[in-house]
Amino acid sequence: MEPLDGNVAGGMLREVFALEVTAARCRCDGCGAEAFLAEARAYVDAPGLVLRCASCDNALLVLVRAEGRAWLGVRGLTWIELRT
Amino acid sequence: MAGAAVLGRLEAPLAWRVATVAAVREETPRVRTLVLDVDGWPRHRAGQHVDIRLTAEDGYQAERSYSVASAPGDPLELTVELVEDGEVSPYLVEELDVGDVFELRGPIGGYFVWEPGHGGPLLLIAGGSGVVPLRAMLRTRPSDVPARLVYSVRTLGDVIYRDELDRLGGDVVVTLTREQRESRRSGRVDAELLREVGFGPGEAPRIFVCGPTSFVEAIASALVELGHAPERVRTERFGPTGR
Repeated sequence: MEPLDGNVAGGMLREVFALEVTAARCRCDGCGAEAFLAEARAYVDAPGLVLRCASCDNALLVLVRAEGRAWLGVRGLTWIELRT
Repeated sequence: MAGAAVLGRLEAPLAWRVATVAAVREETPRVRTLVLDVDGWPRHRAGQHVDIRLTAEDGYQAERSYSVASAPGDPLELTVELVEDGEVSPYLVEELDVGDVFELRGPIGGYFVWEPGHGGPLLLIAGGSGVVPLRAMLRTRPSDVPARLVYSVRTLGDVIYRDELDRLGGDVVVTLTREQRESRRSGRVDAELLREVGFGPGEAPRIFVCGPTSFVEAIASALVELGHAPERVRTERFGPTGR
Protein backbone atom coordinates (compact mmCIF):
# COMPACT_ATOMS: atom_id res chain seq x y z
CA MET A 1 0.00 0.00 0.00
CA GLU A 2 1.26 3.49 -0.87
CA PRO A 3 2.21 5.68 2.09
CA LEU A 4 0.16 8.76 2.90
CA ASP A 5 1.75 11.90 4.33
CA GLY A 6 2.07 13.54 7.71
CA ASN A 7 -1.18 15.49 7.30
CA VAL A 8 -3.09 12.35 8.24
CA ALA A 9 -1.27 12.18 11.59
CA GLY A 10 -2.50 15.58 12.79
CA GLY A 11 -5.26 14.21 15.04
CA MET A 12 -3.12 11.44 16.54
CA LEU A 13 -0.27 13.84 17.29
CA ARG A 14 -2.64 16.25 19.03
CA GLU A 15 -3.21 13.46 21.56
CA VAL A 16 0.38 13.87 22.78
CA PHE A 17 1.38 17.41 21.71
CA ALA A 18 -0.26 20.63 22.92
CA LEU A 19 0.58 22.29 19.58
CA GLU A 20 -0.31 21.49 15.99
CA VAL A 21 3.02 19.95 14.90
CA THR A 22 2.34 18.80 11.32
CA ALA A 23 2.85 22.42 10.20
CA ALA A 24 6.23 22.55 12.00
CA ARG A 25 9.55 22.39 10.17
CA CYS A 26 11.78 19.55 11.29
CA ARG A 27 15.23 18.11 10.51
CA CYS A 28 15.90 14.47 9.72
CA ASP A 29 18.70 13.17 11.94
CA GLY A 30 19.59 10.63 9.25
CA CYS A 31 20.23 12.79 6.18
CA GLY A 32 19.82 16.35 7.45
CA ALA A 33 16.89 17.15 5.16
CA GLU A 34 14.58 19.88 6.47
CA ALA A 35 10.86 19.70 5.71
CA PHE A 36 7.44 20.17 7.22
CA LEU A 37 6.36 17.19 9.32
CA ALA A 38 3.24 17.09 7.09
CA GLU A 39 5.53 16.22 4.16
CA ALA A 40 6.91 13.06 5.79
CA ARG A 41 5.72 9.69 4.51
CA ALA A 42 3.08 8.33 6.86
CA TYR A 43 2.45 4.65 7.51
CA VAL A 44 -0.73 4.15 9.49
CA ASP A 45 -1.20 0.43 8.85
CA ALA A 46 1.59 -0.56 11.22
CA PRO A 47 0.62 -1.28 14.86
CA GLY A 48 1.28 2.40 15.38
CA LEU A 49 1.99 5.50 13.35
CA VAL A 50 5.36 5.76 11.62
CA LEU A 51 6.51 8.99 9.92
CA ARG A 52 9.49 8.55 7.60
CA CYS A 53 11.75 11.15 5.97
CA ALA A 54 10.61 11.74 2.37
CA SER A 55 14.26 12.13 1.32
CA CYS A 56 15.99 9.13 2.95
CA ASP A 57 13.20 6.99 4.50
CA ASN A 58 14.67 7.29 8.01
CA ALA A 59 11.99 6.78 10.70
CA LEU A 60 11.45 10.26 12.15
CA LEU A 61 8.66 9.59 14.60
CA VAL A 62 6.83 6.54 15.94
CA LEU A 63 3.62 6.70 17.97
CA VAL A 64 1.91 3.66 19.44
CA ARG A 65 -1.32 4.14 21.35
CA ALA A 66 -3.09 1.84 23.74
CA GLU A 67 -5.81 2.27 26.32
CA GLY A 68 -4.61 4.99 28.68
CA ARG A 69 -1.02 5.01 27.36
CA ALA A 70 1.03 6.14 24.39
CA TRP A 71 4.64 5.47 23.37
CA LEU A 72 6.31 8.28 21.42
CA GLY A 73 9.69 7.79 19.74
CA VAL A 74 11.41 10.75 18.06
CA ARG A 75 14.93 9.39 17.69
CA GLY A 76 15.02 10.18 13.96
CA LEU A 77 14.42 13.90 14.46
CA THR A 78 17.22 16.37 15.23
CA TRP A 79 14.72 19.11 16.01
CA ILE A 80 11.21 20.42 15.47
CA GLU A 81 10.68 24.16 15.05
CA LEU A 82 7.67 25.17 17.14
CA ARG A 83 5.97 28.54 16.69
CA THR A 84 5.60 30.08 20.15
CA MET B 1 5.10 37.15 31.07
CA ALA B 2 6.92 34.87 28.69
CA GLY B 3 5.27 31.84 30.27
CA ALA B 4 1.82 33.25 29.63
CA ALA B 5 2.72 34.04 26.01
CA VAL B 6 3.78 30.46 25.43
CA LEU B 7 0.67 29.12 27.10
CA GLY B 8 -1.38 31.33 24.80
CA ARG B 9 -0.14 29.28 21.85
CA LEU B 10 -1.16 25.98 23.35
CA GLU B 11 -4.35 24.54 21.96
CA ALA B 12 -7.10 22.77 23.84
CA PRO B 13 -6.95 18.99 23.56
CA LEU B 14 -8.96 17.69 20.62
CA ALA B 15 -12.12 16.22 22.07
CA TRP B 16 -14.27 13.63 20.34
CA ARG B 17 -17.63 15.28 19.65
CA VAL B 18 -20.97 13.91 18.59
CA ALA B 19 -21.95 14.83 15.03
CA THR B 20 -25.57 14.63 13.89
CA VAL B 21 -26.38 14.28 10.19
CA ALA B 22 -28.53 17.30 9.27
CA ALA B 23 -28.73 16.67 5.53
CA VAL B 24 -27.31 14.41 2.84
CA ARG B 25 -26.48 15.33 -0.78
CA GLU B 26 -25.68 12.79 -3.46
CA GLU B 27 -22.74 14.15 -5.49
CA THR B 28 -22.13 11.13 -7.74
CA PRO B 29 -23.23 7.48 -7.47
CA ARG B 30 -20.12 6.83 -5.31
CA VAL B 31 -19.79 10.11 -3.45
CA ARG B 32 -21.98 12.01 -1.07
CA THR B 33 -21.81 15.09 1.12
CA LEU B 34 -22.88 14.97 4.77
CA VAL B 35 -24.02 18.24 6.32
CA LEU B 36 -23.40 17.96 10.06
CA ASP B 37 -24.52 19.56 13.29
CA VAL B 38 -21.69 19.43 15.83
CA ASP B 39 -22.18 20.88 19.29
CA GLY B 40 -19.52 23.49 20.04
CA TRP B 41 -17.77 23.12 16.66
CA PRO B 42 -14.93 25.67 16.49
CA ARG B 43 -14.43 27.61 13.27
CA HIS B 44 -12.22 25.64 10.89
CA ARG B 45 -9.81 26.85 8.20
CA ALA B 46 -10.03 25.90 4.52
CA GLY B 47 -7.99 22.75 3.86
CA GLN B 48 -8.30 21.25 7.35
CA HIS B 49 -9.73 17.80 8.04
CA VAL B 50 -11.48 15.85 10.78
CA ASP B 51 -10.99 12.37 12.19
CA ILE B 52 -14.07 10.16 12.28
CA ARG B 53 -14.38 7.29 14.76
CA LEU B 54 -16.89 4.47 14.42
CA THR B 55 -17.36 1.99 17.25
CA ALA B 56 -18.84 -1.47 16.69
CA GLU B 57 -21.06 -3.20 19.25
CA ASP B 58 -18.12 -5.36 20.33
CA GLY B 59 -16.02 -2.25 21.02
CA TYR B 60 -13.89 -2.44 17.85
CA GLN B 61 -13.06 1.05 16.62
CA ALA B 62 -12.08 2.35 13.20
CA GLU B 63 -10.73 5.87 12.57
CA ARG B 64 -10.44 7.71 9.27
CA SER B 65 -9.62 11.27 8.21
CA TYR B 66 -11.89 13.31 5.92
CA SER B 67 -11.34 16.80 4.56
CA VAL B 68 -13.78 19.56 5.39
CA ALA B 69 -15.71 20.56 2.25
CA SER B 70 -17.36 23.75 3.51
CA ALA B 71 -15.99 27.26 3.98
CA PRO B 72 -15.08 28.57 7.43
CA GLY B 73 -18.17 29.79 9.23
CA ASP B 74 -20.54 27.64 7.18
CA PRO B 75 -22.10 24.43 8.58
CA LEU B 76 -19.59 21.58 8.66
CA GLU B 77 -19.75 19.50 5.48
CA LEU B 78 -17.77 16.35 4.68
CA THR B 79 -17.71 14.81 1.22
CA VAL B 80 -17.00 11.08 1.32
CA GLU B 81 -16.11 8.72 -1.52
CA LEU B 82 -17.02 5.06 -1.29
CA VAL B 83 -13.95 2.81 -0.96
CA GLU B 84 -14.79 -0.77 -1.98
CA ASP B 85 -14.22 -3.10 0.99
CA GLY B 86 -13.60 -0.08 3.20
CA GLU B 87 -14.40 -0.21 6.91
CA VAL B 88 -15.81 3.28 7.30
CA SER B 89 -16.81 4.82 3.95
CA PRO B 90 -19.53 2.23 3.05
CA TYR B 91 -21.30 3.16 6.26
CA LEU B 92 -20.93 6.90 5.64
CA VAL B 93 -21.94 6.73 1.97
CA GLU B 94 -24.57 4.00 1.89
CA GLU B 95 -26.13 3.69 5.34
CA LEU B 96 -25.97 6.90 7.33
CA ASP B 97 -29.22 8.90 7.25
CA VAL B 98 -30.51 12.25 8.48
CA GLY B 99 -30.66 12.23 12.30
CA ASP B 100 -27.95 9.56 12.70
CA VAL B 101 -24.97 10.33 14.93
CA PHE B 102 -21.27 9.43 14.99
CA GLU B 103 -18.06 10.72 16.63
CA LEU B 104 -15.58 13.14 15.13
CA ARG B 105 -12.76 15.41 16.27
CA GLY B 106 -11.19 18.46 14.70
CA PRO B 107 -10.53 20.72 12.98
CA ILE B 108 -7.07 19.23 12.33
CA GLY B 109 -4.00 20.40 10.45
CA GLY B 110 -2.05 23.62 9.91
CA TYR B 111 0.05 22.83 6.83
CA PHE B 112 -2.47 22.21 4.05
CA VAL B 113 -4.41 25.38 4.84
CA TRP B 114 -5.20 28.53 2.92
CA GLU B 115 -6.60 31.80 4.25
CA PRO B 116 -7.25 35.02 2.32
CA GLY B 117 -4.39 36.66 4.23
CA HIS B 118 -1.94 34.24 2.59
CA GLY B 119 -2.65 35.91 -0.75
CA GLY B 120 -2.83 34.51 -4.26
CA PRO B 121 -3.11 33.72 -7.05
CA LEU B 122 -4.30 30.25 -6.09
CA LEU B 123 -3.44 27.24 -8.21
CA LEU B 124 -5.41 24.22 -7.00
CA ILE B 125 -4.74 20.78 -8.48
CA ALA B 126 -7.01 17.85 -7.60
CA GLY B 127 -7.14 14.16 -8.40
CA GLY B 128 -10.52 12.52 -7.75
CA SER B 129 -11.94 13.28 -4.31
CA GLY B 130 -8.83 15.39 -3.63
CA VAL B 131 -11.07 18.22 -4.83
CA VAL B 132 -12.83 18.34 -1.44
CA PRO B 133 -10.43 20.55 0.58
CA LEU B 134 -9.76 22.63 -2.54
CA ARG B 135 -13.48 23.36 -2.85
CA ALA B 136 -13.36 24.75 0.70
CA MET B 137 -10.52 27.05 -0.44
CA LEU B 138 -12.47 28.17 -3.53
CA ARG B 139 -15.44 29.01 -1.31
CA THR B 140 -13.15 30.97 1.04
CA ARG B 141 -11.52 32.99 -1.73
CA PRO B 142 -12.46 36.67 -2.02
CA SER B 143 -13.41 37.63 -5.59
CA ASP B 144 -10.22 39.67 -6.05
CA VAL B 145 -7.95 36.64 -5.61
CA PRO B 146 -7.45 34.92 -8.97
CA ALA B 147 -7.78 31.14 -8.78
CA ARG B 148 -7.57 28.18 -11.10
CA LEU B 149 -8.68 24.65 -10.27
CA VAL B 150 -7.24 21.85 -12.41
CA TYR B 151 -9.26 18.73 -11.65
CA SER B 152 -8.53 15.23 -12.92
CA VAL B 153 -11.32 12.61 -12.83
CA ARG B 154 -12.00 9.35 -14.61
CA THR B 155 -15.29 10.26 -16.28
CA LEU B 156 -17.65 13.22 -16.40
CA GLY B 157 -20.01 11.32 -14.11
CA ASP B 158 -17.30 11.27 -11.42
CA VAL B 159 -17.06 15.07 -11.19
CA ILE B 160 -17.93 16.12 -7.62
CA TYR B 161 -19.65 19.53 -7.15
CA ARG B 162 -20.25 19.62 -10.92
CA ASP B 163 -22.89 22.38 -11.01
CA GLU B 164 -20.96 24.57 -8.60
CA LEU B 165 -17.71 24.14 -10.56
CA ASP B 166 -19.40 24.70 -13.92
CA ARG B 167 -20.63 28.05 -12.64
CA LEU B 168 -17.00 29.11 -12.10
CA GLY B 169 -16.42 28.94 -15.85
CA GLY B 170 -12.82 29.30 -17.00
CA ASP B 171 -11.47 29.18 -13.44
CA VAL B 172 -12.06 25.41 -13.47
CA VAL B 173 -10.38 23.03 -15.90
CA VAL B 174 -11.66 19.45 -15.71
CA THR B 175 -9.74 16.73 -17.52
CA LEU B 176 -11.14 13.22 -18.02
CA THR B 177 -8.69 10.32 -17.82
CA ARG B 178 -10.98 7.46 -18.88
CA GLU B 179 -13.32 8.94 -21.48
CA GLN B 180 -13.58 11.50 -24.25
CA ARG B 181 -16.35 14.09 -24.27
CA GLU B 182 -17.07 16.92 -26.62
CA SER B 183 -15.96 20.29 -25.17
CA ARG B 184 -14.15 18.54 -22.29
CA ARG B 185 -10.44 17.95 -21.98
CA SER B 186 -9.11 14.44 -21.70
CA GLY B 187 -5.84 12.96 -20.48
CA ARG B 188 -3.79 13.26 -17.34
CA VAL B 189 -2.60 16.47 -15.70
CA ASP B 190 1.00 17.04 -16.79
CA ALA B 191 3.50 19.88 -17.16
CA GLU B 192 2.11 20.76 -20.58
CA LEU B 193 -1.45 21.22 -19.30
CA LEU B 194 -0.24 23.17 -16.25
CA ARG B 195 1.84 25.45 -18.46
CA GLU B 196 -1.23 26.12 -20.59
CA VAL B 197 -3.89 26.70 -17.92
CA GLY B 198 -2.00 27.29 -14.65
CA PHE B 199 -0.26 30.42 -13.39
CA GLY B 200 3.43 30.59 -14.30
CA PRO B 201 6.26 30.75 -11.74
CA GLY B 202 6.56 34.49 -12.45
CA GLU B 203 3.10 35.02 -10.95
CA ALA B 204 4.23 33.18 -7.80
CA PRO B 205 0.95 31.33 -7.17
CA ARG B 206 0.20 29.53 -3.93
CA ILE B 207 -0.19 25.92 -5.05
CA PHE B 208 -2.20 23.18 -3.34
CA VAL B 209 -2.17 19.61 -4.67
CA CYS B 210 -4.47 16.92 -3.26
CA GLY B 211 -5.11 13.41 -4.54
CA PRO B 212 -3.88 9.83 -4.40
CA THR B 213 -0.17 9.46 -3.59
CA SER B 214 0.92 8.65 -7.16
CA PHE B 215 -1.03 11.64 -8.51
CA VAL B 216 0.54 14.03 -6.00
CA GLU B 217 4.07 12.75 -6.75
CA ALA B 218 3.57 13.21 -10.51
CA ILE B 219 2.16 16.74 -10.12
CA ALA B 220 4.92 17.77 -7.70
CA SER B 221 7.53 16.71 -10.28
CA ALA B 222 5.72 18.57 -13.06
CA LEU B 223 5.59 21.75 -10.95
CA VAL B 224 9.33 21.58 -10.26
CA GLU B 225 9.93 21.03 -13.98
CA LEU B 226 7.94 24.21 -14.69
CA GLY B 227 10.12 26.16 -12.27
CA HIS B 228 7.71 26.67 -9.37
CA ALA B 229 9.39 27.22 -6.01
CA PRO B 230 8.95 24.12 -3.81
CA GLU B 231 8.10 26.26 -0.76
CA ARG B 232 4.98 27.58 -2.52
CA VAL B 233 3.66 24.05 -3.10
CA ARG B 234 1.60 22.31 -0.41
CA THR B 235 0.58 18.69 -0.86
CA GLU B 236 -1.86 16.27 0.72
CA ARG B 237 -1.98 12.58 -0.16
CA PHE B 238 -4.94 10.38 0.57
CA GLY B 239 -5.80 6.78 0.06
CA PRO B 240 -7.54 3.81 1.59
CA THR B 241 -5.92 2.69 4.84
CA GLY B 242 -6.39 -0.27 7.12
CA ARG B 243 -6.09 1.87 10.20
